[in-house]
This record gives sequence, structure tokens and C-alpha cells, in this order.
Amino acid sequence: MKLPLKWLKDYTDIDVSPKEYAHALTMSGSKVEGWEVQGSEIDKVVVGRILSVEKHPDADRLLVCQVDAGTGPIQIVTGATNIKEGDLVPIALDGSSLPGGKKIKKGKLRGIESAGMMCSIFELGLTKDDYPDADEDGIFILEGEPAPGTDIKEYLGMNDTVVEFEITTNRPDCLSIIGLARESAATFGTSFSIPAVTVKELGGPVEGKATVEIKAPDLCARYAARVVENVRIAPSPRWMQERLRASGIRPINNIVDITNYVMLEYGQPMHAFDLENLKGHSIIVRRAEAGEIMRTLDGQDRKLDESMLVIADAERPVAVAGVMGGENSEITPETKTILFESANFDGISVRLTAKKLGMRTESSSRFEKGLDPENVVNALNRAAQLVEELGAGTVCKGVMDCYPKKAERKTFPFDPDSINSLLGTDIGTDKMLDIFRRLEIAIDEEAGTVTPPTFRRDLECEADLAEEVARFYDYNNIKPTLLEGRAATIGGKTAKQKVMDLIAQTMLSCGLSETYTYSFTSPKVFDMINLPQDSPLRKPIVISNPLGEDYSIMRTTTIPDMMKVLATNYNRRVEEAKLFEMSYVYLPKSLPLTEQPEERPVLTIGMYGDVDFYDLSGVIAELMEALGIGDYELEPVKDDPTFHPGRTARLTIRGANCGILGEIHPNVAENFEAAQRNYVALIDIDPLIRNSSMVPEYKPLPKFPAVTRDIAVLVDDGIPVRKIEKVITDRAGRIFEDVKLFDVYKGKQVPEGKKSVAYSITFRASDRTLTDEEVSKVMEKITKALMNELGAQLRM
Amino acid sequence: MREQLNNIKLEAEKRLNQAGSLAELESIRLQYLGKKGELTAVLRGMGQLTPEERPQIGQLANEVRSFIEKILEAKTKSLQEKERLSRLEKEAIDVTIPGKRRFIGKKHPLSIVMDEIKEVFIGLGYEIAEGPEVELDYYNFEALNIPPGHPARDSQDTFFINDDFLLRSQTSPVQIRVMEKKKPPIKIICPGRVYRSDAVDATHSPIFYQVEGLVVDRGVTMGDLIGTLQLFARSLFGEDTRIRLRPHHFQFTEPSAEVDVSCWSCGGKGCRMCKDEGWIEILGAGMVHPNVLRICGIDPKEYSGFAFGLGVERTAMGKFNIDDMRLLYENDMRFLRQF
Repeated sequence: MKLPLKWLKDYTDIDVSPKEYAHALTMSGSKVEGWEVQGSEIDKVVVGRILSVEKHPDADRLLVCQVDAGTGPIQIVTGATNIKEGDLVPIALDGSSLPGGKKIKKGKLRGIESAGMMCSIFELGLTKDDYPDADEDGIFILEGEPAPGTDIKEYLGMNDTVVEFEITTNRPDCLSIIGLARESAATFGTSFSIPAVTVKELGGPVEGKATVEIKAPDLCARYAARVVENVRIAPSPRWMQERLRASGIRPINNIVDITNYVMLEYGQPMHAFDLENLKGHSIIVRRAEAGEIMRTLDGQDRKLDESMLVIADAERPVAVAGVMGGENSEITPETKTILFESANFDGISVRLTAKKLGMRTESSSRFEKGLDPENVVNALNRAAQLVEELGAGTVCKGVMDCYPKKAERKTFPFDPDSINSLLGTDIGTDKMLDIFRRLEIAIDEEAGTVTPPTFRRDLECEADLAEEVARFYDYNNIKPTLLEGRAATIGGKTAKQKVMDLIAQTMLSCGLSETYTYSFTSPKVFDMINLPQDSPLRKPIVISNPLGEDYSIMRTTTIPDMMKVLATNYNRRVEEAKLFEMSYVYLPKSLPLTEQPEERPVLTIGMYGDVDFYDLSGVIAELMEALGIGDYELEPVKDDPTFHPGRTARLTIRGANCGILGEIHPNVAENFEAAQRNYVALIDIDPLIRNSSMVPEYKPLPKFPAVTRDIAVLVDDGIPVRKIEKVITDRAGRIFEDVKLFDVYKGKQVPEGKKSVAYSITFRASDRTLTDEEVSKVMEKITKALMNELGAQLRM
Repeated sequence: MREQLNNIKLEAEKRLNQAGSLAELESIRLQYLGKKGELTAVLRGMGQLTPEERPQIGQLANEVRSFIEKILEAKTKSLQEKERLSRLEKEAIDVTIPGKRRFIGKKHPLSIVMDEIKEVFIGLGYEIAEGPEVELDYYNFEALNIPPGHPARDSQDTFFINDDFLLRSQTSPVQIRVMEKKKPPIKIICPGRVYRSDAVDATHSPIFYQVEGLVVDRGVTMGDLIGTLQLFARSLFGEDTRIRLRPHHFQFTEPSAEVDVSCWSCGGKGCRMCKDEGWIEILGAGMVHPNVLRICGIDPKEYSGFAFGLGVERTAMGKFNIDDMRLLYENDMRFLRQF
């Protein structure tokens, strides 16, 4: 909402700098976005009268003009073609400045002296919206009879300061000059009054000239109309045009300008119909019929439905209520009789209609916030008064006012003590009452109640009053306190949150950096990771209004996102990436969604560069140790099409599947244009949390020495070492302490299809020193078992 | 013989003092004290002495021996020390060659900021509450005093799944879920991922993080809200940070405020970061609306509360001087490694 400060002064007298004004209003709740001193960039530009126009002797396209710029004739060379002798034009004199920091100096053009420049609207920082009739490519030919030498800013009314407000949705009353003036007066403690509106009503009685009927009172609380005859369509006067322009609205003609002017001033959107084009001279406020089509003022055909409220005449819709008028009844230069509409439409209905039709207008954005039905006739009368002032027509006697159910004012209790105890303040009752009076809130001191005005529909309870008090007291004058003794709680993280922290901490310690990726993605990613066609993961939650297909489903796996991150880094020639993310996958329990889906926390790890599978499984080992999970296994996985069939493992904890880790299948890597080898793990976090034991159990340090024996065996290449280890640990008995793999060898001296595996096994007893024989016996058992169960050959 | 012994003493002393290596010392030792050494030879000749001379010469010989041994020991020590020194000198390395690094991973800037916030509030006795991202319309809007058709719904361009479900556009539904289940006193923060239909650009992301806070108990005041936010701003942005509240409107709080902090870059004098205003808006806050308390089954006549919320991305960008929000979700290693 733009507020020209000169307009403000019609209602209250505030004389402070724009900066002070903006600060004060912001702190009392009307947020100022900024302000613009009109024409502040324009200096030494004046009105000039062209005295003569001659051709430039040496240039076909240039003209040499003598101009009266108030201080005697000066000579100006121009390339413009739209000027003639007698025209009044803006002249940028020698040493002048124009918007954009442009400086104008005298000089020579093709050898002829030029003492300045004639300006177009653009050079003055104006647009076609400000002056629709101005020549787009030429010099701005001024209308009227300004004296040469007049400052152009003064002549064009560009000497006001316009303050721009961001008005919150609860204060539609502040989407008006009057509303902002009321707030300004309350903020500065100045007096505020709305000048009385009188209408002479020189025309005949309105009765019989038109009828108004509301058929949908649930969507239209009030509809008032006036008729104006003998209309003379003409441009509106300069003062009105200047105010409209300053407010960002383009002047059109006197009648349309009046409706816009009143909308800005009173916050009440209005509309003017050509009464001759209203069939039956009747206004019927009703729901649209299904399939009805109406062409709106912007030239578009709009398909209407029963949910929409329209203004219709006896035969057809003539306006979408509160949104936009129809072309069939619009004001034209030939219009002789008009009907002014000032009405109150239901906010929700207007909002939904505007949304459905995809046309949010100045009018609809006001109505949707809920306007005051009591304002309807005031605004209508103000429009009628302006019609008379502008000589735009003859106002008929009387107002047609359909107001089936008068708006009620809500009365509720007011207790200064409870306001103070909510705010933590000690504000006197008198001070509160003074604030209420300035806001036109009626007070019944005896009953201890207040009744806000109808234009303040946002004031519904005591908490609302507390805000009114606080914002004029200034929030920042409230003494900061720290809940002394109140809401005493211990707080802290839950066990689950602590495990989550530990997981992240372990990843960081392992050298993985943390990533954040979007939780919605494209349905194409399933094919990119070779996900089987029948996988349940291919049935994601679909967003009904996504930003595009690439962001249209909630992810059911994070592998594609990790692959994208790896590929991005790879393609930017980052040598190595080691990453993790703690996030969620979204798994619907039913589709379409009827109950809350499972949001399953997952840990995703991804790496490429100087790394291999064992870097990845090493991270998992660290994680398991950090979480105190000893009972886990990695089992080979050969049939997951996302992964390399020979370099992938399933993570199980106590036999339950908890995730997968491995090298990404080269086909998948190609799909993402990633590095040749990428190692990715996707681990469910819940089983980690369930199985973690955060407090480690202490075991006494050994008192007796250990015995270590090495063993090397030849086995089939296909036997996982974990299997060999199991045989060893199973047979080592009670004196077993540890087994360490120290060599896996294939190649020379090892037959094809075999590998040599070497372990170092440690034995220890807690109560004595082991003897050689004891250990040898166990070693023999182990060796035998390896030979019998795995077909191993002992290597010497 | 006496003279012989004295000569040995003088000669040995002289040679020992001149010796430059441990090997030389050893050969000197052998020459005088060894089985075939000169001193031993002298002692062997003792048989020829008179019984009177014998003890005297014997004593002298022992003196000479211990004299030589003493010098030998001292000299050995000093030479050993010297040799160690020269070995250490040879072992010198270039200590400026880069160390063998482990390259610990880096926390994401969003996590850094959220962890800092959590730490502040846990210190004040808050719990961390979480809730679903795929949320019911009821919790995201209705229970927050935003009924169907309310224009406030438009200000948060929401992603919808269907009529009942949506992607939460704020973390406030977590507050409702907590208030439904828990009796006051309630003191929580809810950090979490939220969704709004904004196209991706340098300052917008359709997915971002919020941290909201909620306190409900008897007698909670707006002064408590201001005090809490002041403390929070100081912990996050430095001891000299000031805050400023401006009246605003949120459906679920009344009174409501937008909260600015004094610019962390210029301290409030005005600079590019704060667009010359000296203040940067980071928080929304207010007293919990009585309707919201009532919807959650908490009697607003008995209890009051405050709530506040901030955007994590903007805070992180301000704190770390990050100029493009897209960097936060792109995960370029060269970006991530900087934190």
C-alpha cells in the first residue's frame, strides 16, 4: 500500500521527516517497506515553449530549436520528430540531472550549440502507465498552459513523498488512506478527522431507475448503489491524477478514476456500470450458473461456476463480484448513465474465485481479507461527492442499499490487570483507555467491556487488546525477564536424539562430510538406479502441485540423491568426495494417502576417489563400535541391480536386515554421469538406535600373558573370510581372545581359483599362563575344522 | 717402578684427553688397563719388589688405575653424548613438510547453526520435539487458528498431497502435537524441515529449515519472550547483540512480533549486509493465541505461553557470509570443507 504524504495531510497533521515517520509507523505495527521522494533525482528541468524549429544545416535527422525556458530564448538541438512550434516540453537545462544519475551539459551537436535537452517521459523516470497519451518515442508534449520556466516536478506534481507499507492480512482497514491516517494519528498523538461528505443530489429520485437484489446473502452482506445521469466522460483533474499516479494507479477517465480514488481513500473497492447496458436496469447478486461465460475488462473470456458470486443484470453476469467487471457493461466514452456499486462480499468466496480464475486484483486482494459493511455507503457517498465536484454528471437522489443483516459489533470484557500480566508490564488503565479511544474502540468502564469499531474485525478477544496496548506502548519498552521460576523444566535430548548425534559424530570422525539434499525428487530416478519394476519403492507419495516433475515425488530411497551429489562433485573435477547424510525416506502405508506415512530415518554414505569397498565397510565397523553393536554381519549380495554383484554386502544386526553397502553398478554410475567407481551405503537408523548400547561395559585388563599363533591356509576363492573366521572362533574354545586377518594373497604359487589367507590368532586364559601343548591342541582342532568344513589346505 | 707408574699416569691422561672417538678410548683402555696392558705389566713385575716397596707400589698402581678409569669414564660419557648429538643432528627433518592428516569430516553449516541453537535452549531447560513432515492439514493450519479459506493460507505457498495431507509449511504443527499430549509446563524447540512452493534461486529454496520454540505455563509473559530472545540472540550472534521487536501479525500468536537483531556485520551502524538499516530480521514471535491453547485442550485463562521461530538458512547465510542459498543443497565438497 502506497501512501502519498500530502494525501495523509487531508486527515491528520503530521510534520516529521519521512525517516522519522517511517520508523514510528513501523514500530507501532504498520511496517514501512521504504519511501520515495518523488523526482528527487530530477534537478534543473523546467517547462519550455518551443519558439521555432529549423533543420540542422549539416544533419538531416536533427532539428535546431529556439526555446523559451523562462529566462529568455535558448537554443536546443534535438533528434525528436514529434515537436512543433508552440509546444510546451520539459527542458533539461545545462547542469541538470535526470533519474539514473544522468547529468546534462551544454555542448555542440554536429557543430551547432545546444544548451540542454528536451525530455521524453522515460527520461523523467515516468512510464506509459503514468501518461498513456504521451508519445512513446518522442518528446513529452505537456498538456495545459504552464508558464515557461516552471519547475517540471512542480508542474507534474512530482514533489510528494510516497511511503510504501507492508500491511498484514489482519488489517484490511489499513489498505486505505483513511486507515493509515488513523494509525498515524494514534502513533503521533495528533488529531484525526474525516471531513464530512455531502452530496447535493441534483438529479431525480433513484427509484425506478434501477433495482438491486441480493440472491446470495451468505456471500454478499450489503450492496449499495447510486445512479449518475448526464455523465460526461473526460480526463480527471490533475490533482486526482497525481494522487492516483503516486499510489501506483494509472489514470483512465474521471469515472474510473473516481472509483479507484475512493478505493484508495476508503479502502472500499467500487465499480461503475454503464446503466444503459444493464438489461432490465437491474442488479442481481447471485451465484454463477455452471458454464456461464463472461468476458472480463481485460478482454479474457472467463468460465464461471456455481461456487462463484457474480453481479448479473436481468439476463447475464456483468461482473465477477469483488474481482473484476465485465466488458459488456464497461464505461466507454459514450456512457451517459452509470450505476456506482459499493458492496460487501464474502472474503473467502472472493479469494477462492480470484484464485480459480487466476486473477488477483486490487479489489479482490482487499475483499479477501474481510471488509467492513458499514463502510459501503460512506464510500459510495464520497464517490458521488467527487462526481459533483468534478462535474462528471448529475447524481440522482437516494441510495439503493440492500443490507439484509446489519453487521454486529462484538463486545467483550476488558481487564487491565490481565493485559498487564500477559505482557509483563505495569501500564496504567488511563493509558490503555487513551489508546483505545484513539483507535475508536468504544469503552464501557462500568461494565468493564469494550466494543471495537466494525472496521476492526481483527479485534476479537483480550489478547487482541493486549497487542493494541503493547504496540503503542512500544514492544521494546517491555522489560525483558527470564521466566523467573516459571516453566521450570530439566530439558535435554532424548536417548534417540543422542544416538543420532553419535552417528553423525562418528561419520565426521571417519572423514565424511555432511550433506543436505531435497526430500522430493523425480520419478525418473527409479530407472536410473535400476530399481526392479515390481519394487514397492516405486510407489511414492506424489505431490499434487509440485514445482515440476523433477520435484514431484517424496523420495523412497536416498541413493539417487547421493549419486547426484557424487556426480556433481565428480563433474566439477573434485578429486575425492566422502559424504554422508542423515535424512528420511517417505514410505506410504496406503495410496492414495489416508494415514500418516512412515518417515523412516536413514543414514546415507557415499564416496569416490582414492577409496574402495573396505573404506566403506570400515566406516560401518567404526559406526558399530561407536554404537556398541557387536552382533552384526556383512553378507554378500549378488542380486541388487543398483550395486556391483561382486562388491556389495547386506548389513544385518542380530539377523535382521538393516541396510546395504557396496560399489554402485557401473550402469547406474553411467546413468548419473558419475565416477567409474562409487561406494554407497544406505542404512536404516531405527535398528541402530534399538541395538545401540551407549554405556560400554568394562572388562578387567588381563593378568596373564597371551599366546599368539599364525596360520595360513589355501581355500577356494569364493569363500568369504568371515566364514573362515567363524570356523576359527567356533573351534578356539574358551581360551580364544582374538583373530586378525593379516594377509589375503592370490597369484604366484597359489593355484587358479584359490586364495591364501593368513591369520594371527591370540589365546589367553584369565587365571593362568597357557602352556604350549594347550594352545597346540586347539590349533590342531582349528586346522582340522578348516580342512573338513572348508576344504582348506594348510600352507607352511 | 714408581717412575714408570707416574709416566703411565701422565701419558694415559694425555692420550685420553686427546682421544676423539669411543673406539680410540677403547684402544687406550686396552693399552693401559687390558690384560696385556702396560699397567698390568707393571703389576706383574711387582714380584721383584721388596716386601716394603710392594704395598706402596701396589697402592700407587691402584691409584693410577682408578685415576685412568675415572678419566676414561668421564671421557666415554662426554664422547657418547657428542656422538648422540651428532646422530640427532643428522636425523633432522623438515618440520614444515605437511603433516599426515586424517581429514575429519565437516558438519554442514545448517547443522552447525541448528546445533548451536539446540545447545542454547537445552541449557535453558528446553526439550527437542520432532514431528512429521508429511502433515495433516489440521495440524498445519486449522489447529493454528487458520481455518479453511483464510487468506493466511495463501501467504505460505503450500505443497499438497491431497485434501487432508500436505508437506508442512512450518514447524508449528509440532507445537500443536506436543500441546495435545503434554501438560504444562512445556518448554520445547522444534527444529525441522519445511516446504514452501518457492522456485529455487539465490535467496529461496522450496525446502528449508526452521527452528521454533514454545513455552507454556502459568504466568508466562511477553517480557519472558523478549528476555529469552535477547539471551538467544546474544548466544548466537555475540554478547553485544541487541534485539528489536516490531508488531506484526501471525494467526497463532497474539500479540505478535517480528524480531530484528542488530547487524552482526556492522553492529548496527548500517552496512551492505543490513541494507543500511542496522537491523536484520531473523525471527517471528508472539504470545500463543488463546484459540490455539483452547484447541489443544489448555485453558487460556489459566495458562499462557510464547512461541518464536526462525529460518535456519538465512541465519547460516548471515553467520557465514554465504551469498547463495543453492550452495547449501548442492553439496560441493569444496564448499562443505570450509566449515
